[in-house]
Amino acid sequence: MSAPQSANSDARFIQVEKFNYAYADHQVLFDVDLNLHREDITALIGPSGCGKSTLLRSINRINDLVEIARVVSGSIKIDGVDLYSPEVDVISLRRNVGMVFQKYNPFPRSIFENAVYGLRVAGIKDKWELEEAAERSLRIAALWDEVKDRLHSNATGLSGGQQQRLCIARAVALQPRILLMDEPCAALDPIATARIEDLIAQLRGQFTFVIVTHNMEQAKRIADKTAFFYKGKVVECDDTMEIFGNPKNKLTESYITGRLT
Amino acid sequence: MSTPPRHSQPDPANPFAGDQTRIQMQETLMRWLLRIGTLFVVSVTVAIVLHIVIKGAPVAFRSEWPFVNVKFLTELPATLHVIQDNQGKIIETDVNGADAVKKQLGANLRQEKTISYSGGGILGPIVGTAMLVLVSVGVALFLGVASAIYLSEYAKHGKFIEMVRLAILNLAGVPSVVFGLFGLGAFVLTAPVFTNIPLDRSVFTIPLGFTTLSFQGWDTCVLSGGFTLAFVILPVIITASEQCLQAVPQGFRETSMALGATRWQTIWRAVLPFATPGILTSSILGIARAAGETAPIMFTAALAFKDKLPWQKDQLPLPVDASWFAHWEHSVTRFLGIFTESVQALPYHIYTLAARIPQNEYSERAQYGSVFVFLVLVASLATTSIWMRRRLRAKYKW
Repeated sequence: MSAPQSANSDARFIQVEKFNYAYADHQVLFDVDLNLHREDITALIGPSGCGKSTLLRSINRINDLVEIARVVSGSIKIDGVDLYSPEVDVISLRRNVGMVFQKYNPFPRSIFENAVYGLRVAGIKDKWELEEAAERSLRIAALWDEVKDRLHSNATGLSGGQQQRLCIARAVALQPRILLMDEPCAALDPIATARIEDLIAQLRGQFTFVIVTHNMEQAKRIADKTAFFYKGKVVECDDTMEIFGNPKNKLTESYITGRLT
Repeated sequence: MSTPPRHSQPDPANPFAGDQTRIQMQETLMRWLLRIGTLFVVSVTVAIVLHIVIKGAPVAFRSEWPFVNVKFLTELPATLHVIQDNQGKIIETDVNGADAVKKQLGANLRQEKTISYSGGGILGPIVGTAMLVLVSVGVALFLGVASAIYLSEYAKHGKFIEMVRLAILNLAGVPSVVFGLFGLGAFVLTAPVFTNIPLDRSVFTIPLGFTTLSFQGWDTCVLSGGFTLAFVILPVIITASEQCLQAVPQGFRETSMALGATRWQTIWRAVLPFATPGILTSSILGIARAAGETAPIMFTAALAFKDKLPWQKDQLPLPVDASWFAHWEHSVTRFLGIFTESVQALPYHIYTLAARIPQNEYSERAQYGSVFVFLVLVASLATTSIWMRRRLRAKYKW
């Protein structure tokens, strides 16, 4: 994607405008407006079914796989380019916007093959290039030291936390600008969770993170900005300190204090 | 709502005592009924296997080295000549040996009997069944996996897909003799062939300049029979393949697509490799089915008797100074010719022995020998399938 660089592109790197989204006749997002800053870590919070995952999965258009899903109106722009315009090639969009899923799901292949999967489907065959990319991405995901001696053993033999970091390595191997994470620690124990959070903190500035989380403490610990979703609408979006310290909206306050059901 | 029966006078020492005799009797009765039913099924199965082993094993095995009846497994079926002399001694021989034996006995000959197909061995049927299975599984795997992938990965849910699924299910219920007639009409009599001289019965012809595409059928041959059998096992393979594809986690597909793969790349790299073990296992069960069917090959491929193997065909010898191209063409024609021959097949051979010739101890012997070999072949296929599934499941788990 060739992107026009505007003066305030940093402030409106990912720009969601009046975004309405539906599964068949069931609308799940209503007039969502959201500006995400370049290189920020943004947390999307809210009760289950509030539409935060749907929004996340619309940013790399992976929700296109859901047959009945459709954009009703509005737009999502990255660097000013509307993702749903016909000129956007969804394949190159997804190469630029990596995604890590809730359930760590490396392919039952070798660690190496998992790390270079994205490069392989992009048609890269050069052995050195693949090996270099594998090492680089495994280092980024803080997994290299643990797996460098067994790159060719099966990835399903790793622990849960290692498998999730391998999934992060797999996503960063394509050198995306944006990393979407859909509850990346929901299936992990507290120790593995802490390692992932450390990793995200270390990678701050290298990628623009958008993270869906149910863990309020996690949002507080890692996010620069937090957006609170309720029933398909953005209730409040602000600096994380503001959201948790001084929420403007009654709904936000009752959610973060655990009184919203 | 009925109240449970109670004792008129509850036992103060045991408040849980109850009048249980009727319920207990019902319980015992039901348990024995189910047990007897199961025992019946098991004993019938054991009886069938024992019957075949007792009658068939002596034909296939020998008590001295090499313990296997080599002749039975390596010779083509032939007419058996049974000659008896005046002392009651019985000599079994083939058509060539019969004259010599008769000459030697001279006036001592009491009687000679000939029994069709019961001498020699069953190599012809074994080879024929193997070739039919090869062709049918090749065709059915290609068509079956292709449509399973389309149904599972590409097709959008809707009325049309429901109709397709219903049609596949119905295909599984079609009697096999109907497939046989379909094969006769479609493959034996109408399938297209390249030929320079189309037959008169050709449905229609398309001239191509250098040759003609004539819809005159493939005749009764391995190809016709194999394609017909492929349609018999197709529903099994489609259904099983679709289940194997559905068993691959949806997350693999999403992850692959999120990493910039196209749908086909996703199928090829992140779905199919993990579904293949299951698809192969189920296709082995398809092999057992294809090997066992008689009706679909009766009109399309099988002969009651044939004194040659498919590759033992007379072909004009090449001239001594033939070019390499002529040699190459000659070998290709020869290879393809194997599949345009009609063959004997095990199930049809058993049917011939059991129902088409006068019954006696000699035909019965050949019949049970064939059934025994057939059973061993099918059972070993099923065992391979189970063994493969176990091994591959251990390898590809997620």
